[in-house]
Amino acid sequence: MIDWMPGEAMNEIMVGELSEFTEGGYRVLRVDSFEFGIFRQGDRLVAYENQCPHDGGPVCQGKVIPRVEEELAPDQTSRGLRFSKKRNIVCPWHGWEFDIETGRHCGDPKYRLRSVDVKVRDNRVYVSVPPAAL
Amino acid sequence: MNIRETAPRITELEKISTRTDTRDYLAKAAPTKEKLKDWLIVDVDAHVNETAFWSEVTDRIDNEVLRYIAEAFRERGRGPGLLNANGPLYQDVSGRIMHQQNLSEPTPPGLHRQVQLTQRAMDALGIDYMVVFPTPMLSLGMHPQADAEVALGNAYNRWLIEEILPQDKRQKALLYLPFNEPDACVETVERFADAPGVVGFSVTSTRHKPVWHNSYMRLYAALQETGKPLGFHAGFSWADPSFQQINRFIGMHSLSFVHFNMIHMTNWVLNGLPERFPGLKVIWIESGLAWVPFVMQRLDSEYMMRTSECPLLKRKPSEYIQDMYFTSQPLERSNMKLTQATFEAISADTQLLYASDWPHWDFDAPSSITKLPFLKEDAKRNILGLNAARLFGLEVPAAKSGVKASPQRVAVPAE
Repeated sequence: MIDWMPGEAMNEIMVGELSEFTEGGYRVLRVDSFEFGIFRQGDRLVAYENQCPHDGGPVCQGKVIPRVEEELAPDQTSRGLRFSKKRNIVCPWHGWEFDIETGRHCGDPKYRLRSVDVKVRDNRVYVSVPPAAL
Repeated sequence: MNIRETAPRITELEKISTRTDTRDYLAKAAPTKEKLKDWLIVDVDAHVNETAFWSEVTDRIDNEVLRYIAEAFRERGRGPGLLNANGPLYQDVSGRIMHQQNLSEPTPPGLHRQVQLTQRAMDALGIDYMVVFPTPMLSLGMHPQADAEVALGNAYNRWLIEEILPQDKRQKALLYLPFNEPDACVETVERFADAPGVVGFSVTSTRHKPVWHNSYMRLYAALQETGKPLGFHAGFSWADPSFQQINRFIGMHSLSFVHFNMIHMTNWVLNGLPERFPGLKVIWIESGLAWVPFVMQRLDSEYMMRTSECPLLKRKPSEYIQDMYFTSQPLERSNMKLTQATFEAISADTQLLYASDWPHWDFDAPSSITKLPFLKEDAKRNILGLNAARLFGLEVPAAKSGVKASPQRVAVPAE
């Protein structure tokens, strides 16, 4: 269902019920030519444009994987690799990884995904779409 | 205020998986493809997955005993029997990069499945010609049995010539030379040099055979006689003693792909092979470019002090290297000043050949060249296709010949 009437201003559109976005899950949508991914963490939603800042790949259509970290003992010896509670969005073209919360590359934060404004009202999910894309 | 008269169309996009159609996977390359539609794009290094069709390859092994051994392996189940293994294979970053994991998308009956997969990548990236290399066989030079390398190398060559290349004239190959057996290499050149679609020959660089050895001079003479280039295709070996010190795939992969080509190029230059075979064109493939200025300066510096050790040279080592060809991928470009200096050092305008490396994890789309801020359009056209067309004698459609970049006609292949 689309919350829209002919002739209405179209910057914000309803893209679904909150229940359609499962906890820990994500969906990738195209509204006309505008592509974005919506990622749910608890009751919070974040959304990013589906375009990797590296080479333009379909970043939101890749995997979401826990960040890998290395545990060090107090004497600086390594205790090996482990998964963090943070999660990364991974671009399927070349594997660039972005923090799901901030959209920043986990190795060089100057590269970041472009955020998309997403809101929940009355259990419905609304996304602001650039007018040029509509 | 943005007013519209029709409802916006909302589509849910599928997550990328190993079953995603290559054309969908690479759909976001379309804007660059559209901009370059009147440019010739030649991809000088892409890959087939020969082990997905391994029985088609091994059925073409000349030696009946080795062919039987390859058949016997099949009864153990899937897996490229007879081919040597190459240690842990983490190229797909543990499943993060699906096109490296496997291309298991469906293809309809008709053309060979590998031909169709390559065509999909060419069409998505806007590529006119694609030169293909093997994938697991890049490590075949480390096989403990030289006769197995000869058998599999030539079986692969036959598979390309008989099954793949005839189905699409846009797909080309630098054939596999079983370099651990110099005499067998000469036979390979004599046997296949005139086959349609064969634009040269290649050595998989991952091996421990010195290119200066006298046993290779017949091969170089035979290659020079064909007029077709010799490529050294880089690869890795984690089993190499020095690399066993490295505990992360990233470190081994970053250095190993360069390491072997660095050794072969150093041997090639210091032993005067460009003086002995001045008509033999050499291409350095899939080791990036950043190492080349280092080797040029390093060898030049020591050459001035130790000239007596390389008496065949009539010029400085870097001057021979400037006459060689290089493929662009994986193009280092995190420091654009260094990238620009590298392009100047290797005379990229005439010597650099675009390569994608598709479908591997560190592939470069044509945008890797078009986005470089320091290149003029003529240079971009040369690097993306016209240099390769001249080197391989590829036919260039008039509409793609470039305004200023290609004043001379290039030869049309006789096939």
